[in-house]
Amino acid sequence: MKSFDILVVGAGIVGSAVARECALLGWQVGVVSGGTLAGSATAAGMGHVVVMDDSPAQLALTAYSQSLWHQLAAHLPKSAEYEGCGTIWVAADDEDMVQVPAKHALYARFGIETNILSAAQLAHAEPNLRRGLIGGLLVPADGIVYPPAVASYFLAEATRLGAEIFPARAVSAAHGEVRLNTGAVLAADRIVLAVGADCKLLPALPIQRRKGHLAITDRYPGFVRHQLVELGYLKSAHTLTEDSVAFNIQPRQTGQLLIGSSRQYGSTGPEIEPEMLRRMLDRAIEYMPSLDNLSSLRTWTGFRAATPDKLPCIGSASGLSDDATLWLATGFEGLGITNAPGAARLLVAAMTAQTPAIDVTPYLPARMKAQVSMPYA
Amino acid sequence: MPETLALKINGQLVEVPSGTSVAAALLIASQPFRLSVIGEPRAALCGMGICFECRAVVNGRAHRRTCQLFCEAGMTVETNL
Amino acid sequence: MSQDISSDVLVIGAGPAGIAAATIAAEQGLKVIVLDDNRQPGGQIWRNLSTAHHPSTSKRHPKQQALDRLYRSGAQLLTRRVVFNASASGFAEALHETATDSNVETFRFQQLILATGARERFLPFPGWTLPGVFGVGGLQALTRAGYPVAGKHIAVTGTGPLLLAVAAHLVAAGATVTTVAEQAPMLKLAPFAASLWRQPAKLVQGARYRTKLRSATYRTGCWVVKAIASPDSHTLSAIHMTDGTRTWTEPCDLLACGYYLVPNTELAQLLGCALRGSFVQTDAHQRTSILGIFCVGEPTGIAGLEAAIMQGKIAGLACAGKSTPKLLRRVMKQQVFAKNLEYAFALRQELRSLPKQDTIVCRCEDVTFAAMQAYHGWTDAKLQTRCGMGPCQGRVCGPAAEFLLGWKPPISMRQPLYPVPLRALSSPLASTSKVAINKIEGIESTKERI
Ligand SMILES: Cc1cc2nc3c(=O)[nH]c(=O)nc-3n(C[C@H](O)[C@H](O)[C@H](O)COP(=O)(O)OP(=O)(O)OC[C@H]3O[C@@H](n4cnc5c(N)ncnc54)[C@H](O)[C@@H]3O)c2cc1C
Ligand SMILES: Cc1cc2nc3c(=O)[nH]c(=O)nc-3n(C[C@H](O)[C@H](O)[C@H](O)COP(=O)(O)OP(=O)(O)OC[C@H]3O[C@@H](n4cnc5c(N)ncnc54)[C@H](O)[C@@H]3O)c2cc1C
Ligand code: FES
Repeated sequence: MKSFDILVVGAGIVGSAVARECALLGWQVGVVSGGTLAGSATAAGMGHVVVMDDSPAQLALTAYSQSLWHQLAAHLPKSAEYEGCGTIWVAADDEDMVQVPAKHALYARFGIETNILSAAQLAHAEPNLRRGLIGGLLVPADGIVYPPAVASYFLAEATRLGAEIFPARAVSAAHGEVRLNTGAVLAADRIVLAVGADCKLLPALPIQRRKGHLAITDRYPGFVRHQLVELGYLKSAHTLTEDSVAFNIQPRQTGQLLIGSSRQYGSTGPEIEPEMLRRMLDRAIEYMPSLDNLSSLRTWTGFRAATPDKLPCIGSASGLSDDATLWLATGFEGLGITNAPGAARLLVAAMTAQTPAIDVTPYLPARMKAQVSMPYA
Repeated sequence: MPETLALKINGQLVEVPSGTSVAAALLIASQPFRLSVIGEPRAALCGMGICFECRAVVNGRAHRRTCQLFCEAGMTVETNL
Repeated sequence: MSQDISSDVLVIGAGPAGIAAATIAAEQGLKVIVLDDNRQPGGQIWRNLSTAHHPSTSKRHPKQQALDRLYRSGAQLLTRRVVFNASASGFAEALHETATDSNVETFRFQQLILATGARERFLPFPGWTLPGVFGVGGLQALTRAGYPVAGKHIAVTGTGPLLLAVAAHLVAAGATVTTVAEQAPMLKLAPFAASLWRQPAKLVQGARYRTKLRSATYRTGCWVVKAIASPDSHTLSAIHMTDGTRTWTEPCDLLACGYYLVPNTELAQLLGCALRGSFVQTDAHQRTSILGIFCVGEPTGIAGLEAAIMQGKIAGLACAGKSTPKLLRRVMKQQVFAKNLEYAFALRQELRSLPKQDTIVCRCEDVTFAAMQAYHGWTDAKLQTRCGMGPCQGRVCGPAAEFLLGWKPPISMRQPLYPVPLRALSSPLASTSKVAINKIEGIESTKERI
């Protein structure tokens, strides 16, 4: 039986980041990769590296992760398409605008610089937005990446440092042993489940799949310059029960525009739901009317791994499992791209009993224990 | 119906027989249709709306398949060269 | 989807198969609508074919006969409509393109006949992206749409019966066809010639082409390995040809190169119709695996014009609940012909090594052969290199990768099947430019041009 210091199950962006981080320590790392990114959130997601202030804990983690992205940027391959294009939170009405100074002050407390934009400044920054929007908040340090290429870079780095990849699925992972669907069995001191929304290996994980639709256009360089998100997004992303859509558009390095976003519970198939797609695009066109004539190439869906409190599970699985070898890095909902570098660091710090850069208590899986039996509203 | 009609290709007036597709007009005007992603000049390939190599800006709208569009008097066509 | 257009039978594709299907169904008293992406009906073989200029024969051209009968039948023909979405629950959405505008129309149907035809297969080789290199059917279509080739020196290469047909067409248009090069060996073509004997109509067609082409060299067992750009410009000036042992250079102005046909099965797949191999699975009545959906012509097998028309008729009758034993027997014979064609024009293995490491395979995203080879299959290659993610949606590089790398195209099909303006996927209300669908224009205007 092949044995490792650590086995990472799942090689989406989170598993890959964890594998790289462990390999950097000189550990013997094995990665059970599932073979392909097809079907993963990393292959489907938007790749917005964004500081979010849903909750103080979310703000702390995204701000920390963003600083790591800035360090990473110089090393990322071209294929990662890192662009520090910044985010503009767009205010459509007074209710939205009220959030702007509050957000500005809150971000400042975390050392994140932001600029308040007047209606005129917003129109100047993004001429294709509809007239009549009343302002916005620019977060210059936010960026975008192409997640599959980043995941593949992390994995390549891990491999370069000696990690071994097993392109197979794990059928069980417990007590220091991972069984693969190929029949092989691997052993390790620690096992990290970085399995995204797939909870088969640990059904106790209180994770729900939250479906999202996306659409991408042909190339229109310069049409959009920043990632644009409506401030109403926070309202829509917050609701835990209702299907929601929000204006969220991303200028890819290719000049393509990636358009989101929708959030649904209870929808389990990957198929496009025309009604949801319509609502999402209606919203986008409402904010940016000239989108309507742009050529759209493709639509697709993906699943976010949502926890009840919308914070990820990073750390020992204790509380959800009595298996001391089991660790978790999952439940990243709509922020797993952003948070992958931070999560990897925090997890390794916990495993090596070092002081983490930020307080990890809010992300400890053990907090889920109380919630496991709680039905969703 | 007139025998020929005039359209503007990259700002230049080009006269073609009516019933000419925009792709054929671009070939007549010896204009590559587009610059590819890495900057190579490209021209129509399939002639039947499948390959999208013949895309150009027609009447101000980008990414239109010129092989499936027919010339009309006063039409403007721009290639991204 | 506020206002819809309803029909008993919706036919998608107005090639020979779709025209036949629509005509027969309408003649049975059904309300029929036929949609096509092209400006004119006729599909590939009858594309922009002017039928008025053949006074030599008293008989009308088969295309004209077919169209006359279509119009008499009462079926409604709507051209310039590309269907980008459809559902087995009974609707299809089409984008109606004009020079200045485009609208989305929704068509409701009781029964659906897919007659989406085939496209050319392209294989990448160094230089195939140069302006001046076309598909074989591609160059034919472009000349029929007004590209003058008179005086040009043209090499016609690749594989399939199309080579001779197109070479003859180009000669008739005033071009000098320097070479017709068929990759298939004579050995395989010989039995094909024998099968032509059983298909006298096809033999006549073939012979006519050959006599028109006296000046051109017709070679079998040879193919193009490289297209060379003129030193000062980015256009074609010559090609390198090989017969497997010897390689030589031939100057030419244009190259027409295509490797037979690939069925357009995307729409059928979106609707959930089962495939058999690369083709849509149908029974003797052209019924697909989905109730109420029929498929006719090339998507069910590359069997040529006569088979396409017969299948169309069978499906048209079947929509009206009628069967036709005579037609069913005749279509069986055509399937033998299809098998022979497939055997005769099978791609030789040497073509697998046509692309070099730096040869672009995906022309939309400029992805090289080397970049694709680094992956195990479509899904990963797509994600990491973007191949197949451009506007052609893999219609060109997909079949090439299948031949070169053995990659099966991913099966999941999603709308839009063709790139469409975003508003085509949004609600009618979100955009003012979406027109009321009952005000269809074009029904009359499509007639006037034929
Ligand atoms: C529509 C949409 C938009 C998004 N936009 C953004 C955004 O803009 N910014 C952002 O930060 N985040 C965004 N996200 C979220 C982000 O994509 C995810 O949080 C992130 O990709 C999660 O990565 P992961 O590695 O945890 O999971 P995944 O990417 O899902 O990877 C998990 C991997 O584990 C493998 N696996 C599972 N079980 C096994 C097993 N038993 N054996 C072997 N392998 C296994 C799976 O095959 C998979 O490859 C978005 C998500 C969606 C759906
Ligand atoms: C480029 C080319 C040239 C050919 N030339 C010859 C020739 O010279 N001689 C010969 O014997 N055979 C030729 N063939 C073969 C010929 O296609 C068949 O013999 C026969 O005519 C097929 O008829 P069909 O109706 O099945 O398909 P087609 O004639 O291919 O018709 C299919 C029609 O469906 C339309 N369509 C497809 N998808 C959509 C959609 N989503 N929405 C709307 N419309 C759609 C297309 O625009 C097309 O008009 C050629 C084939 C090709 C591809
Ligand atoms: S030439 Fe291929 S789509 Fe126009």
